[in-house]
Amino acid sequence: MPHNSSARKHGGEHSDGGGSASKIQRVKAGRVSEDNEKKSSSKRLKDVEISVPIVYGTISFWLGKKANEYHSHKWTVYVRGATNEDLGVVIKRVVFTLHPSFSNPTRAVESPPFELSESGWGEFEIVITIHFHNDVCDKQLDLYHHLKLYPEDESGTQSTKKPVVVETYDEMVFSEPSESFFARVQNHPAVIVPRLPASFNLPPPESIDDMNERKRGDTNDHPLSQWFMNFSEADELLKLAAARQQVQAHIARIKRQMIVKFLGLDDRG
Amino acid sequence: MDAKDILGLPKTPFSAPQEKKPRPQKDSQRKPDGISREVYALTGGLAPLMPSVDVSHLKRHSQADNEKITWRWLPFRSSARTDNLQLYHWVRIVNAVPPTGDYSFAKYNKSVDIVKYTEEEYEKYLTDPMWTKEETDLLFDLCERFDLRFIVIADRFPSSRTVEELKDRYYSVSRQILIARAASSVDVAGHPLVKEPYNATQEIERKRALSMVLSQTKHQERKDAEVLAEAKRITESRIIEKGAEEDELHVTSTEGAEDTERAIIDVESVSPSSNNQLPTATVAPPTATTDGTSTPASLRLLRVYLRTNVLDQMVQAASSSAGLRTIKRVEQTLQDLGVNLKPKVPTKAVCAEHLELRKEILTLLNLQKQLQNKEAEVSSLLDNSFTDIPSTPKRAHRAVDQDRSFIPDSLSFGGERVGKRDHKRKAPGRFSEAPPSPPQSKRPRKFKASDG
Repeated sequence: MPHNSSARKHGGEHSDGGGSASKIQRVKAGRVSEDNEKKSSSKRLKDVEISVPIVYGTISFWLGKKANEYHSHKWTVYVRGATNEDLGVVIKRVVFTLHPSFSNPTRAVESPPFELSESGWGEFEIVITIHFHNDVCDKQLDLYHHLKLYPEDESGTQSTKKPVVVETYDEMVFSEPSESFFARVQNHPAVIVPRLPASFNLPPPESIDDMNERKRGDTNDHPLSQWFMNFSEADELLKLAAARQQVQAHIARIKRQMIVKFLGLDDRG
Repeated sequence: MDAKDILGLPKTPFSAPQEKKPRPQKDSQRKPDGISREVYALTGGLAPLMPSVDVSHLKRHSQADNEKITWRWLPFRSSARTDNLQLYHWVRIVNAVPPTGDYSFAKYNKSVDIVKYTEEEYEKYLTDPMWTKEETDLLFDLCERFDLRFIVIADRFPSSRTVEELKDRYYSVSRQILIARAASSVDVAGHPLVKEPYNATQEIERKRALSMVLSQTKHQERKDAEVLAEAKRITESRIIEKGAEEDELHVTSTEGAEDTERAIIDVESVSPSSNNQLPTATVAPPTATTDGTSTPASLRLLRVYLRTNVLDQMVQAASSSAGLRTIKRVEQTLQDLGVNLKPKVPTKAVCAEHLELRKEILTLLNLQKQLQNKEAEVSSLLDNSFTDIPSTPKRAHRAVDQDRSFIPDSLSFGGERVGKRDHKRKAPGRFSEAPPSPPQSKRPRKFKASDG
């Protein structure tokens, strides 16, 4: 366990301090929960991580006849769930920071789908800052994405029908999530949640009916969804597995060679 | 300037505007007093940048003309002496008036004011089970003689008492006397002896600590410095954290406060406790840890991070021991294998596989290098041992080596090889390479033999 190995590194002192620390923490958390119901849910689940796969990027359309010098492309920057699920369960709001030449370059989007559409002429780096709900995480997460307007091939024939799509897949990992967060999202399709041992009693998740009543934040029927890229981890896994096999075979071969060489040397010598 | 004189050239090139700038010229040509001409010329004939010591600045002899000075050999006594000794010395007589007054150095004969107690005072205030009256008297006598130099006093003391004990006795006696003699306690409250009494145990501790610090080895010093630096870093990060958390509502504030308290008490535990919330940007984990297995521990300190950043950090950690060239070779190998340098779909499983693949490639490259080194050794050994024999055997050996080492280097992972996913078939496939190489080497051997 990595935690223990780091303790061993520091000669066991840390393990004593860590052990007593966690004990104190548990005692204090217990005391606090008696006082305040809300605070009791702040207990953190150790060695648990919740990951939320997201895709963020830009889609840009050439405006064709309607283009003028300063507005040649219409583009949209967004953050969506990797399987087009609603990210509002985790994300409170997303702030897109555009180029200073835009008026009010800091644009905040308070509800899903977290996207922003604009028109312009230049490519620049967009800073995407994700703010989470209070029980998820206090810190914000910064992502950087370069807005691409012009297609790779410089043939110059831009079509108003086919956009330039650049998407990046990534996963936001929350380590040691709070119990309330875990309980809230444990059955949500947007979130990957590990299986906990049966000893944990968590409050049941929100019922599905509530979610239907609220506005839908998923991107399944998004107007741009036809352009969304598909990210399949199966392909990558297969390739990686094959590569590893090859490398392992090479290693085995070299080891055999080395043995042969040394045995051969003994004969000669 | 002398040279120009000899040559008969005008003294300065600016002889015409000499009137305009008389001062600089004048200074360079006029030799100032107190310094020889040659030395002055060394500086280039200009005034020095720093003010040199001018003779006029030195103290002048303050003798007035109306005074007549004579010197006489006269006897003198010193009040500093107790024995009335008479000595002689030269005395400066001004206008035949001999000087008066004590020996001029007698005023430097300072001594400490030791309190002197009477018998009754001793009976009343100063009795102590540990000290007899004789010892106390002796102590005070020694203190007076040696001006409170306790090291000497301790040395001279007949019964072996430590310096701290002597000091303790002396100061407590003086203090008692002082308080006893004072008209009221308020008068002496300001006296240093009364205000800060001597604390023997504290002194012993302090000296012991000092000697420990003095006798620390370099190793210990370095360790102490490390611990202090770590503690400083922790406290600084907590200060930043306090600032960062001010404008955000968070439920775990109670936890955090408890953590900081505990950690401040617990400074010896060097590594940050796992519950510490590091305030560094969530995307950039701290660089304190370099070991691959412990990065999960450090990342647990953050609340949220991106998996790609984790992967980057782990990759860096894994290849930290490798040089730049090795890293490039790893990347080249990855490309040959058809794997993206950064996975397109970085899920947990994919990232783990990617990391493992990189590690295995590193192992492979290391092994290859080892093999090459060993072969180089072997061939050099053979060179030495086979110097007389015609070179065919070792050339063949080298050719074989070249072929063998060539194949791993090229690592031609063409598309057709990737197609064969069945690794069982691969092993014999690899072996099948071995037989071809000796036949290949035969050709160069034959060639060389024909040459030789």
